[in-house]
Amino acid sequence: MKYLETKNITKSFDGKEIIRDISIYLEKGEIVSLLGVSGSGKTTLFNIISGLSAADSGEVFLEGESIIQKPGVVSYMLQKDLLLPYYSILENVSLPLVIKGKLSKKEAKEKASALFSQFGLEGTENKFPHQLSGGMRQRAAFLRTYLASDKVALLDEPFSALDTITKNAVHRWYLDIMEKIRLSTLFVTHDIDEAILLSDRIYILSGNPGRISHEITVKAKKPRSDDFVVSEEFISYKKQIFEALKG
Amino acid sequence: MIKKFQNITSKSAPLISVAVICLLWLFVSEGELIAAYMLPSPLSVIKAFVSDFSILMKHAAVTLQEAIYGLLIGILAAFVIATVMDRFPFLYKAFYPVLIVTQTVPTIAIAPLLVLWMGFSMAPKITLVVITTFFPVTVSLLDGYKSADKDAIDLIRSMGGSKLTVFRHIKLPSALPSFFSGLKVSASYAVVGGVIAEWLGGFEGLGVYMTRVKKAYAFDKMFAVIIFISIISLLLMLLISVLEKRVIKWKNTDQ
Repeated sequence: MKYLETKNITKSFDGKEIIRDISIYLEKGEIVSLLGVSGSGKTTLFNIISGLSAADSGEVFLEGESIIQKPGVVSYMLQKDLLLPYYSILENVSLPLVIKGKLSKKEAKEKASALFSQFGLEGTENKFPHQLSGGMRQRAAFLRTYLASDKVALLDEPFSALDTITKNAVHRWYLDIMEKIRLSTLFVTHDIDEAILLSDRIYILSGNPGRISHEITVKAKKPRSDDFVVSEEFISYKKQIFEALKG
Repeated sequence: MIKKFQNITSKSAPLISVAVICLLWLFVSEGELIAAYMLPSPLSVIKAFVSDFSILMKHAAVTLQEAIYGLLIGILAAFVIATVMDRFPFLYKAFYPVLIVTQTVPTIAIAPLLVLWMGFSMAPKITLVVITTFFPVTVSLLDGYKSADKDAIDLIRSMGGSKLTVFRHIKLPSALPSFFSGLKVSASYAVVGGVIAEWLGGFEGLGVYMTRVKKAYAFDKMFAVIIFISIISLLLMLLISVLEKRVIKWKNTDQ
């Protein structure tokens, strides 16, 4: 049994098929990327896995249990950080704990603030989102995602709105933090370098309707150094992906 | 330094324009370019204001009461109507046109009806204020709810949040800035609404006082009360601005 698994998911909108027969899996602690062009149905798939929308057919299992149309089990992070402008960073980050209703506001804040330094967010607790840089906001959004579910996180192009320099720094930070928290992650991106750098495995989603055309395992050991992105190994993975994308 | 200078000029600009208008008024009336019985001089208006101060205050208390009760009921009605309409799209479609139509009915035309139905008490005045004030607040709340970020709503849903949670954390806070701009418009309507209702029947209030001094052709007193009403409306709007700054704190934090 795989940790998270989708089985033959198909979904249409207005009679047009968006994704067909998507079967993917995620092992515990694994980072898996879904790489594909815009419009290949990545977001549709994520909406189904997160429980926000129903599939026409197919199933999603987490630890063997169906989670279709059950929001709140896996967490979801989008390209926009979606930090609520009227809440402080601490209030934003602890929000999922409050919504899940198991903790009081005060307990939720205590639990969240204990993680601030680990996530490199110390000192931002009482600031408002607009007072933070794009990179810091993305960190806060990631901590919120982690607090929303420590089982599985779905990240939908979370770093694509950042400029290249900030993005590199955030990548470094992300790999670092993932070494510590080992959060099982499905990661949507259209950035090939990002997919190779961050993933254990890469699915390539292509065609119309979108289907899984290739699966590539990135065997490079972790933690990956700064030199990894300019290594022979990295380039060979890149070539492999280019070939796959050609069809 | 330049910024400071700009700040001073931008703050004093409205003061200067008001001063110029007052001076022009003084010049036109004191120079007898317009007859004093048509346009009283600002000096005689001030004199009238001072001599009638205690009577004005007594009437103002009544009008202000009507305005504030009406405004509060209007806000409450707007909140209920807008929230229900936002929650049920069917009701939105069904009642939005009706809402617009209520606004095309002239206030001055329904005021006598209200007096006929409800008598000379405070009730018809408060009702008229409610009718004039609920609309801007309703529309601004509806717009505010609609302005809520769809992705933020999905985010809360993905955390397992209910419709009520979405309302509490996304819709309501997103609607607040828009709500306050609607409320400022309503506050300016509230006092005037009360005054109009008083014209058409009643024993106290600034509107009643106005009709009395008009019948006596006391134009200086008439002007005094008009300006007084403006000042009350402005103070009410100011109060709402202060409230807005307190509620929407995050907008006042710097980078």
